[in-house]
Amino acid sequence: MISTSLRRPEQASYAAPLATAIHVSKITHRYGDRVALNEVSFDVPAAEIFGLLGPNGSGKTSLFRILSTLMLPTGGSASIMNSDVATRSNAVRREIGVVFQAQSVDIKLSAKENLTHQGHLYGLRGTALQSRVKEMLSRVGLSDRANDRVEAFSGGMQRRVELAKGLLHRPSVLLLDEPTTGLDPGARRDLWKYLNILRDSEGVTIMVTTHLMEEAEHCDRLAILNEGNLVALGTPAELKAEIGGDVVVLEATDAASLAAGIKTRFGLNAVVLGDKVRLEIKSGHRFVTDVVEAFPKEITSVSVSKPSIEDVFIARTGHRFWSDDSKGVSN
Amino acid sequence: MAQIAIPRPTSVANNQPVSIWLPAVSLWWREMVRFYRQRSRVVGVILSPLVFWLLLGGGFAKSFRTGAAGAEQNYLEYFFPGALVMIVLFTSIFTMMSVIEDRREGFLLSVMVAPIHRSAIVLGKVLGGTTLSTIQGLIFLALAPAIGVRIGLDQFALVVVIVFLTAFALTALGFAVAWTLDSAQAFHAIINLFLIPLWLLSGALFPVSSATGWIRILMRINPLTYGVESLRAVLFPQMVSNEDFALSTSIGILAIFSAAVFAIAYIVANRSSTKPAA
Repeated sequence: MISTSLRRPEQASYAAPLATAIHVSKITHRYGDRVALNEVSFDVPAAEIFGLLGPNGSGKTSLFRILSTLMLPTGGSASIMNSDVATRSNAVRREIGVVFQAQSVDIKLSAKENLTHQGHLYGLRGTALQSRVKEMLSRVGLSDRANDRVEAFSGGMQRRVELAKGLLHRPSVLLLDEPTTGLDPGARRDLWKYLNILRDSEGVTIMVTTHLMEEAEHCDRLAILNEGNLVALGTPAELKAEIGGDVVVLEATDAASLAAGIKTRFGLNAVVLGDKVRLEIKSGHRFVTDVVEAFPKEITSVSVSKPSIEDVFIARTGHRFWSDDSKGVSN
Repeated sequence: MAQIAIPRPTSVANNQPVSIWLPAVSLWWREMVRFYRQRSRVVGVILSPLVFWLLLGGGFAKSFRTGAAGAEQNYLEYFFPGALVMIVLFTSIFTMMSVIEDRREGFLLSVMVAPIHRSAIVLGKVLGGTTLSTIQGLIFLALAPAIGVRIGLDQFALVVVIVFLTAFALTALGFAVAWTLDSAQAFHAIINLFLIPLWLLSGALFPVSSATGWIRILMRINPLTYGVESLRAVLFPQMVSNEDFALSTSIGILAIFSAAVFAIAYIVANRSSTKPAA
């Protein structure tokens, strides 16, 4: 049997599992005067799917760039697998696989050519590289299209090539920026299924940035960013449990006066969001009966729900995830 | 499933980049594949020297023939090295528009997060552009016998070296400019600023010896002058009387210039910044 330097046994791989895969310590980033990240700190343990949730402009893309060694932070530090992203960037680059939001595959090349080229960038070559390319193509279900140019692929298939590209060199940490952008629901489900497999069977640590609440729900733990600040950190269940009880949203003819009425009548703090009044309460269904009886004319619609990640966001920031008119929020 | 034996990065992480050649050759190979898969580019590279040659050999030469007999052929010969350098100049610099394209398309990002030395990126891209413009220059050269320029094998080898060095330097220049810019328009604007002056003052149109004052000084410090003069010395040794442009000196200056521009391109690409990389 021929043995090459690449055909080493893997005992080194799992020899010293690290407790912390990603360590972010007081990361601050400014573009001129604008503060994109303000002293953000968190740790991501190994083999976890960690979500970075925030609306556009919350700083998650800046953090993604810093962690993927594409940009130096203006303050603080971050390390991946014990290597500092700013000072030991090559060590970090060996550890990470990066899947960008923008397409990074070369559409003029075939899927196989893209992956072969990617392997060369990581010093892989020869038969070891060829079999790895073959393996990755079959894992993402593109074996039969290996020699087709990527420009002929559907959006979902191009995404799969991106993923195969990011995973080719067996990274211990996978960073994904808005990975489900442009994917149909079926393809999204497949991607999440695959991320779970990666975490469970290979112990890969996965960090996903997203602006989608549904997606955040899939993560083991979440960091929620708003205007550069870390506003929440925990498992989706923990974060939702902090809300306590149910979320009641009332649609009203005059939201502000309804909120004031609720304050005097029930002594509850309700938040006005546009033409809606929102509040959190233990037994939502009982409160709804009372409040509709008390203000039968003002209320046009009622909804009671279990808290969602968006409710966590509202509770922590005082405004809705997407609203631009966040200044208009009053308590 | 067969176990694929690619080692996982160990916890004793290696901060050394991957060796330069594998990634550089791979990047060069990609440039070649991309080139021949875009038919219009292939057509352009082959046809533009042909068109240029037709104009030169047909129109240009004939209009000069209306002048005094004997002198006209000399100007065509005089102009030939300059024309060759012009073809190389344009192709070299403009192939590096692909740097801007790669950045916009996101391809460059995936290269920049790989553990490779930045000089491998510069080398791969620049060699890609150099190869294409050298090929184009040599297509133009292949037509030389048709206008009465005959060269031997040793001359041909020297011309290849000169064309390669000129192309390499200019491609590296294009790379350095393109790396800092984010739009094709900006690239055109900046490049046009020195593309034409560089060529006009290279001795392509009029000899350095005929220039006076500051123009002459500019021509002397223009590295492209040494490309044109060394080609002239190889192709038409009888035309070169000026000892300032000895062939070995010219090629030496060209080589130094290539190395210097490559170093600049590397420095530009190697800057880490607190600004977004793309």
